[in-house]
Amino acid sequence: MSFYDQLQQLDWDDIRLSIYSKTAADVERALSKSKSKSRLDLDDFQALISPAADGYLEQMAQRSQQLTRQRFGNTIQFYVPLYVSNMCSNICSYCGFSMHNQIRRTTLDMPQLAEEAVAIKAMGFEHLLLVAGESERKVGMPYFRQVFSQLKDKFNHLSLEVQPLETEEYAELKDLGLDSVLVYQETYNPRTYAEHHIKGKKRDFKYRLETADRLGEAGIHKIGLGALIGLDEWRTDCFHVAAHLDYLQKRYWQTKYSISFPRLRPCEGVAPPKSIMSDRQLVQLICAYRLFNPDVELSLSTRESEHFRDNVIPLGITTISAGSKTQPGGYSSATDKALEQFEIDDDRHPQQMATLVKNMGLEVVWKDWDRAITSVE
Amino acid sequence: MFHDHLVIADKTFRSRLFTGTGKFADKQLMTDSLLASESELVTMALKRIDLGGQEDDILQPLIAAKMNLLPNTSGARNAKEAVYAAELAREALQTNWVKLEIHPDPKYLLPDPIETLAATETLVKAGFVVLPYIHADPVLCKRLEDVGTAAVMPLGAPIGSNKGLRTVEFLEIIIEQSRVPVIVDAGIGAPSHAALAMEMGADAVLVNTAMAVAKDPVAMSKAFSLAVQAGRSAYLAGLGAQGRVASASSPLTAFLD
Repeated sequence: MSFYDQLQQLDWDDIRLSIYSKTAADVERALSKSKSKSRLDLDDFQALISPAADGYLEQMAQRSQQLTRQRFGNTIQFYVPLYVSNMCSNICSYCGFSMHNQIRRTTLDMPQLAEEAVAIKAMGFEHLLLVAGESERKVGMPYFRQVFSQLKDKFNHLSLEVQPLETEEYAELKDLGLDSVLVYQETYNPRTYAEHHIKGKKRDFKYRLETADRLGEAGIHKIGLGALIGLDEWRTDCFHVAAHLDYLQKRYWQTKYSISFPRLRPCEGVAPPKSIMSDRQLVQLICAYRLFNPDVELSLSTRESEHFRDNVIPLGITTISAGSKTQPGGYSSATDKALEQFEIDDDRHPQQMATLVKNMGLEVVWKDWDRAITSVE
Repeated sequence: MFHDHLVIADKTFRSRLFTGTGKFADKQLMTDSLLASESELVTMALKRIDLGGQEDDILQPLIAAKMNLLPNTSGARNAKEAVYAAELAREALQTNWVKLEIHPDPKYLLPDPIETLAATETLVKAGFVVLPYIHADPVLCKRLEDVGTAAVMPLGAPIGSNKGLRTVEFLEIIIEQSRVPVIVDAGIGAPSHAALAMEMGADAVLVNTAMAVAKDPVAMSKAFSLAVQAGRSAYLAGLGAQGRVASASSPLTAFLD
């Protein structure tokens, strides 16, 4: 049964009610399982993200920190996003790149891309995340082929966050140097999804949901999942992320997985979030993901504030971005801020972040992959 | 009403206790024990069945009791022999179900993972419902899933040893990761072992020696039946927390205040 079929059998409101009816005893059972090194199931995860777990946050944080250090050691992986285009043919209620927004549009040409690569290398990064709006016509496979052939010898790990592609296209890009793909479902509630994805190919909920299956079938090394927190009730949406992860790990067992938890941020032409998640609740969610799945990578972006990042990084996070610019061309030239997707909150330089992370007693990992491994035929 | 049935391929089972026909003192005791166990799937070695005879004394009582037959390939030392045995069994017993057992080692009867994977692939393509007996190897389980196995049957301890779940760490990983039913096979020597496997979330257990060589096989078979039901119920009920843990002060989350 595909995850889409599974989703058809789950009732959104039943799950929400189930999460909200969890008791302190359910939370204690889940914590006890984690401490006795038993595997937690999705029911335990519901307990850990429920309101009943709020009073157990410190215990969850302690356990999350232990599990993370045990599995990942005293390290934090660094990456940086490279926005190659802000063109988009979708209209989505929450996104700065949405087609109806009157912003200047641009796509990096190959000389501009080379300049960005030089600027990013100078900051020390080896793991690069390529990001674009969804403009199949302007920023589709022909463009990606050019981009990968230019970048694959310059960076040891290349990730992609663009429109969903076909299995064969992913397989082709894998041969050209693609290591991992991030594709967020935004919300797992089809009704809410339809409200926010107003026009364009992204309206197709099922096609987007099954992207992770296509990635698994194409043998992509790592898949990134997430819900855009704020579109719908966050606990229910994040439960679906965990269920999706559970489904994928059983099927595509050779693949690595990462989870992100972007909270909706103010940006041009955007409606305010339906569900507000507090800092305390985001800490609860991060720890719940860690207790539920000790092996999954948890990634924290510069959307979050300095204060929040400095305190949360040691609790369960494995991967952070630093010094991010969300407008195309942002690293090599002081380009127009009006091009950006959203405002970042933590704008500290990567070297400054590295020093800070070292002071936390953690080693910064700039390179955790080697191009040579995936080049073996 | 909630029915907790186990589905494997085209069959649905109410009982999660699978059994075997080996080692019983006589056929009547075997039949009485298997009936007492309430098992609905019973395995027998193809090599023990009188394929030519119309009145095989192992098969007749099982057929009369409407049990599902699971022929096994015990005795096969490699994939080729096992595939041949499976085809013979399909012909003789009119079932495409097979418990794949390939143990080239006659002392501990440990399964050969390489031959087992190859035979599973061949048999699945030939339309068999394959239940392979394997070491408690999580990666092998995933590889078997990839070639279409109907279930996996990892061992708890060497077959016939009655030593219990010595492979528990690996069984936990297998149960956590599996997309097909996990049947703990071999080594289960006491009802408490069977209950533990079920509490851990195994889908079923297969028990033979511990019943057959008990002082009272019929009573022991009943005991196993109850243990499997109890273990399954405990798994579904969700085991409780193991004691309260002292609440620490808040060094990690105080920044939120």
